[in-house]
Amino acid sequence: MDDRNRRLNIVLALAVAAMTVLPWHRIEGGFFSFGWLSDLNSASSAPALLQVILFDRPWLITPFLAVLAATIARTLPDPMRRGRLLAWSGGLGLVYLVIEGLAIGTTGFNWSISEALFGILSDGQPPMGAGAVLAAISFVLIFSFGLAERGVMRGDAFVVSTIAILVFLVTVFVFYPIGSMFVGAFQDVDGSFQMAGFNRTITDASIWSLDCVVGGVRCGVAWRTLFLAVLTAGGSTALGLAFALIATRTRFPFKKGLRLLTVLPIITPPFVIGLALTLLFGRAGVVTQGLSSVFGIEPSRWLYGLTGIWIAQVLSFTPISFLVLIGVVEGVSPSMEEASQTLRAGRWRTFWRVSLPLMKPGLANAFLIGFIESMADFGNPLVLGGSHGVLSTEIFFAVVGSQNDPARAAVLAMVLLCFTLSAFLAQRVWLSGKNFATVSGKGDSGAHIALPRPLSIGLHAVVIPWMVFTVVVYGMILFGGFVKTWGLDNSLTLDHYAKAFSITVQNGSIAWTGVAWNSFWTTMEIALIAAPLTAAVGLATAYVIVRQKFAGRNLFEFALMMSFAIPGTVIGISYIMAFNLPPLEMTGTALILVACFVFRNMPVGVRGGVAAMSQLDKSLDEASMTLGANSFRTIRKVILPLLRPAITAALVYSFVRAITSISAVVFLVSARYNMATSYIVGLVENGEYGVAIAYSSMLIVVMIAVIAGFQLLVGERRLRRENRVAGLGTRSVPALAEEKVA
Amino acid sequence: MTRKAGSVVFQNVRKTFGAFTAIPDLSLTVEPGTLVTLLGPSGCGKTTTLRMLAGLEHPTSGRILIGGKDVTMLPANERDVSMVFQSYALFPHMNSLENVAYGLQSSGMGKKEARERAENGLELVGLAGMGQRLPAELSGGQQQRVAVARALVLEPQVLLLDEPLSNLDARLRRRVRTEIRELQQRLEFTAVYVTHDQDEALAVSDRIIVMKDGRIAQEGSPRDLYETPASSFIADFIGEANVVPCDIVAVSDGKATISIEGLRHVVPALSARPGRAKLAVRPSAITLEPADDAAFPGRIRHAAYLGDHIEYEAETAGGTLFIVDPSVDRLLSPGTQVGIGLKTRGIAIIAE
Repeated sequence: MDDRNRRLNIVLALAVAAMTVLPWHRIEGGFFSFGWLSDLNSASSAPALLQVILFDRPWLITPFLAVLAATIARTLPDPMRRGRLLAWSGGLGLVYLVIEGLAIGTTGFNWSISEALFGILSDGQPPMGAGAVLAAISFVLIFSFGLAERGVMRGDAFVVSTIAILVFLVTVFVFYPIGSMFVGAFQDVDGSFQMAGFNRTITDASIWSLDCVVGGVRCGVAWRTLFLAVLTAGGSTALGLAFALIATRTRFPFKKGLRLLTVLPIITPPFVIGLALTLLFGRAGVVTQGLSSVFGIEPSRWLYGLTGIWIAQVLSFTPISFLVLIGVVEGVSPSMEEASQTLRAGRWRTFWRVSLPLMKPGLANAFLIGFIESMADFGNPLVLGGSHGVLSTEIFFAVVGSQNDPARAAVLAMVLLCFTLSAFLAQRVWLSGKNFATVSGKGDSGAHIALPRPLSIGLHAVVIPWMVFTVVVYGMILFGGFVKTWGLDNSLTLDHYAKAFSITVQNGSIAWTGVAWNSFWTTMEIALIAAPLTAAVGLATAYVIVRQKFAGRNLFEFALMMSFAIPGTVIGISYIMAFNLPPLEMTGTALILVACFVFRNMPVGVRGGVAAMSQLDKSLDEASMTLGANSFRTIRKVILPLLRPAITAALVYSFVRAITSISAVVFLVSARYNMATSYIVGLVENGEYGVAIAYSSMLIVVMIAVIAGFQLLVGERRLRRENRVAGLGTRSVPALAEEKVA
Repeated sequence: MTRKAGSVVFQNVRKTFGAFTAIPDLSLTVEPGTLVTLLGPSGCGKTTTLRMLAGLEHPTSGRILIGGKDVTMLPANERDVSMVFQSYALFPHMNSLENVAYGLQSSGMGKKEARERAENGLELVGLAGMGQRLPAELSGGQQQRVAVARALVLEPQVLLLDEPLSNLDARLRRRVRTEIRELQQRLEFTAVYVTHDQDEALAVSDRIIVMKDGRIAQEGSPRDLYETPASSFIADFIGEANVVPCDIVAVSDGKATISIEGLRHVVPALSARPGRAKLAVRPSAITLEPADDAAFPGRIRHAAYLGDHIEYEAETAGGTLFIVDPSVDRLLSPGTQVGIGLKTRGIAIIAE
């Protein structure tokens, strides 16, 4: 009981502080400027208590009642009744905060129903601030403690609180924005609900027209996007399979190089491939110019449109497909193929009738991943799309361009979301349980049979040129920054780098005079803040999913994984719609960028964490519990140390993704917080290709350095352990092996 | 080391997992300072029972008392028990000493004292000086002993052992079970031991609780269970007895005369009444003699030579019998006609 009272005391104190000390509403100048400290009794920065007494906001009295109820609960002797009252007061306090926040806007009630019930308010309220946020978190904790004391999750308050906070965060930062976007699709410019506007947009010919089929000029943007996604998915899956077969079943001499290829999509900002392609095949591109001078072929704009986007996307996503398929190809047990051969099937027959059918679910999976990636891709269509946009770029232009029609953007985003979610559902529902990966615990000979010779030759004929092509494209990226003006003046120069990254020393202090520095440091700062948060949220979620059983766990996991299929553009537009107005206003701050990165990249952290944690025997946790450690100590002392590689991977990945992502970021940047990728896109739009390329290659170099650095750190740790084991002498090792077998 | 052996009481404990009822209604008592084994085939609920005792699962209804205190709703880390896991569950990133000291430090002991106690604990299980080794650098038997030391240094009221020997090879298993029993008798702690191996149960226990389908099938001392099985399940599960239908012809002076298809025999019986009954016949209680007209006839169906004994299957009018014959000098080949005889010991009337 002491423990229970102690943690409850802390949270009650937090709740009281949130309502009597911290400013309840959002501070215009930012909370961390601490200007509010000297200004606590003004209407803008007063805590809830003063808001009620001095500033005529009586609706803020209810949270006090909730805290009072929780304080009364604290004195109850019967644990079940105490738990029930705690859970109710926390839960109702939170629900009230949400309703009150949504119902009362800056000028009064948002909803006509509440206006009818309570009369017209003379004054509204600004967005929620530090006090409101802390109060909400306190209520979540009080609610969890109440449930824990009633025996939920075996009475483990830490686990219940973790689950509650995660659900709360995911609701606020994933489902609330998506919901706002859906609402926004039905709203007119003045905020009123208009079915007509929605109907007009959703049936717009520019989205759904099928003219191209019946001989017209072009189809609607939805069909074009779908068509492109199918082609990209098909192309990248076929190439990925070719690469995977070459890597595992031939004596190809550059297999290491193939593996390196898989790192590329992680470190390449998404529009860079498109950029490099314009340097090669654009009107002023090297190849175009060369062809025109040698063969007299007229330079054309063929690259700008679906063809160009398709090439760029296949280049970008083939490595991802390769990464997926190499596991699939290796997963086909060699003994299956050996069995086929002993049944008098030749290599062809074995490949077509045994190996390939076993890979089918994996191929479908790779196809769907390619499909989703292509749908979500924003960078390449932006650079190469020209007037032939796809959904993701149309959404962007609907908001930022001269149209400025958020409702249309929301409708387009819904269409895009429907496509990607269908693919995701297909992947989860249709493919689940169809995995033939035959990696068993039993020993196989380990060697896959060689491919039929004609197939092998064919694959080499595809893979080698494509590899060369990829190398050339990346060569362009690194080289392009040193060329003065592409196509016109091909002399080498350092001007672009100087313009972007110059440093001058003035009066003994360093001045970052390059144009890129501002966005570069902002990017680094935000990526560094987001990375540990992403890893923490991702791993906490993984812990909850793998180690705890609770009602709705499968739904929770499914919803989380679904957020992986939400394209960045959709996230961007929904964040704008959700966080531009009370109750939560975050647009234009660094916070919204951090939140966006954390919840966009979290699914990957979750996957990594789930994979790593599934390998830790559950009895380790249980042993720790029976040895008297609580679950917090268990996590700190047992699970986290054993998960170190997964943590490192999550950190690196989220850091790198924060640097390279563009699709959501481009909606959320502000003059004060501009990110590198959106700055580069701006450069491209202004035609400053040289600086853009220079900046991009700089980013790639930085990311390679970061990844290599982490690899070195992690690798070293493993080495040391091996050394210690090796120095042990040989006696105990065979003994161990024997006993394992027994 | 352990000076406060506690009792264990289950009162009408019920445990369901969703629609599946693992334990319908279980009541049992473990006396302080005894080693009690939960024995049964896999899926009988013995591990669930142990995990409820540890606090790793909570009962759906009913009460659990440890040392007289109600712990039903207490989480694992607040119970005065500790557990040796089937997989040992040694923390792979800590060396043996840190593993053993972990529980002491979890309960708030200072680092230095925890270290000293942990060293004593390792010494107790014969691993003095091995404290710096990682679990991966220890043999299976040594890992097992670290796991025991880790649980024992906490001086729990009850020590729980979940199939502690199943990851050891046969020879090591025999030695380690002797060590565990000696340790338990020397330190006089209460232990609850889960196993599916009846030899192991007979060798280490003060009392055995045999479980089947979440219920107690029979409980008693090893000798009780072996000599007076309460059901054919127990008779078969402990000692692989042949269960043979018979007629009780007469009862007098605590002895019953029985007849199996005409083969007459006298066995000890405390509460038998004349009529149809079942007989548990141990494989070693059957003798094989040359066939003649007077003997009860049988025919060898299968024979396996196992070094110190021979196992036979013989077909008789009372059913197929499993026989262990110590006379390895003669090997009866399948098809041989034999005369079946019964010894005095190793035969019991089943009281169901």
